[in-house]
Amino acid sequence: MDYSQFLYMKEEVSLVGVIAILFLYDLIAGEKGRKYFSLITCLLLGGHIIYNFLPTSTSGAVFGGMYYYTPMMTIIKSILTFGTLIVVMQADTWLRREDTKFKQGEFYVLLLSTLLGMFFMIASGHFLMFFIGLEMASIPMATLIAFDKYKHDSAEAGGKYILTAMFSSALLLFGLSLLYGACGTLYFDDIPATLDGNLMQMAAFVFFLAGIGFKISIVPFHLWTADVYQGAPTSVTSFLSVVSKGSAVFVLLTILMKVFAPMVQEWQIIIYGLIVVTITIGNLFAIRQKNIKRFLAFSSISQAGYILLGVIGGTQLGMSSLVYYVLVYMVANLAIFGVVSIIEQRTGMINIEDYNGLYLTNPKLSFLTTLALFSLAGIPPFAGFFSKFFVFMAAFEKGFYVLVIIALLNTIISLYYYLLLVKAMYINKSDSPIESFKSDCYTRTSLVICLIGIVCLGLAGVVYETISLFGYGM
Amino acid sequence: MEIQVEHYLIISTIMLCAGIYGFLVRKNTLAMLISVELILNAADINFAVFNKFLFPNQLEGHFFTLFAIGIVAAETAVAIAIIINIYRNIQTLNVDKMDKLKH
Repeated sequence: MDYSQFLYMKEEVSLVGVIAILFLYDLIAGEKGRKYFSLITCLLLGGHIIYNFLPTSTSGAVFGGMYYYTPMMTIIKSILTFGTLIVVMQADTWLRREDTKFKQGEFYVLLLSTLLGMFFMIASGHFLMFFIGLEMASIPMATLIAFDKYKHDSAEAGGKYILTAMFSSALLLFGLSLLYGACGTLYFDDIPATLDGNLMQMAAFVFFLAGIGFKISIVPFHLWTADVYQGAPTSVTSFLSVVSKGSAVFVLLTILMKVFAPMVQEWQIIIYGLIVVTITIGNLFAIRQKNIKRFLAFSSISQAGYILLGVIGGTQLGMSSLVYYVLVYMVANLAIFGVVSIIEQRTGMINIEDYNGLYLTNPKLSFLTTLALFSLAGIPPFAGFFSKFFVFMAAFEKGFYVLVIIALLNTIISLYYYLLLVKAMYINKSDSPIESFKSDCYTRTSLVICLIGIVCLGLAGVVYETISLFGYGM
Repeated sequence: MEIQVEHYLIISTIMLCAGIYGFLVRKNTLAMLISVELILNAADINFAVFNKFLFPNQLEGHFFTLFAIGIVAAETAVAIAIIINIYRNIQTLNVDKMDKLKH
């Protein structure tokens, strides 16, 4: 075996290194050393991002076609690591609590194992590799959701997640077995030549889509989302809503483009329908939520629908706009989750009406949340407007005019419920508003990074231009 | 009568349907877990059968089966750990009682 092949999987190897270092540190460091745990994790992850940041201009396959690398995959992996870094920073306050203090190491190792699974899933060139990556991402995820093991909410959410995750991956596996029967191979490169869209392959595709749709929480497969988002610890929820979703969407795009390319007519119809129901149902259910984490869950479902607009065309523009959307959505959503998390840690309040009058006591946090909500809704000066514009353009270019109009109408609904939260913070009066408090420096740094992202990612055109250089189409 | 691919596929399809039915109908968490295992085993049978009858010159399906069994075992272990944790919290395995998180 040629061991130099490992040099091509730079991101995975260095992430395994980070995990190993953290694992050993957890063993060696005593009570005292644990104080610096989050600092060390942040530094290591930062180093990991810098080491892998610059995309190499080559692409190819190693390990006999099992593992693929393209510059775009490097970019999406860097974006996901960046999101994980922010999640780690925001988790610090929660992890310093008495009942989780001794489990810090476990949290970081599990979180990064999930990320590693996502990396393998993104880079896979064979369905076996894809399946292993998917499971590597979802098994530690379930343990993270059930992390607060003495809390009923967390355990219940973990149970719901693992049962639905197993069910969906079982369906996916069944779909893959049908695909194997129909094609005789599971290499991404060899499958397209044998696809002709017969009934068995369609069944395989539908099973496959059900499995991956669960990860992205597209609408018919979204029922777990709200419960799990509500019950999981807030930092885990934010990880689930941005990093997990972003990786799954990118994988869906690459597989649709590479493997199911001959069936493009068929899958475009299916994705079309999924986008319409996902955006609409996500938006309509978000309006009636009282709990802010459930509210954000439905908002993230409808955002998943918008991200799928980048998938449907299967074009180069679609891919670059999707990656850009994931980045912009990540900073905006993590900003809101950072605020929700710190408020939950300091006061224990998670209902939207608890946020009444937040502006008077915590003006900075309310201002940041407002900017992030505007970005999610797609109001012009912020990054969210540009990302929405690009995905709409990607769908419009391929002639999905009606779909774009439906999505635009839904943007108005989403603006309504995002502004409900803004109204709660700025206009509604409250007798007992959340008290004024000072955040710790990790949370503050992460929020500042998110703020810079929300404002600058849209205005600095260089970000999108760099991403669009490396996009590739069907 | 010679056993053909179709016979195996009938069995695996019945297992798939039984698994989906069981997952949707059973109220006990462990019974739901067993139902999911049925679907997974149906997929494994499919892989092995397709490999043996349709593509006898390769081993891809067999390998996939082996990996799938290993991964699913890990997943089941985690699921059972979480189910035990839920049991400690609410002293029942009935899914109808897991209704704290809903609106």
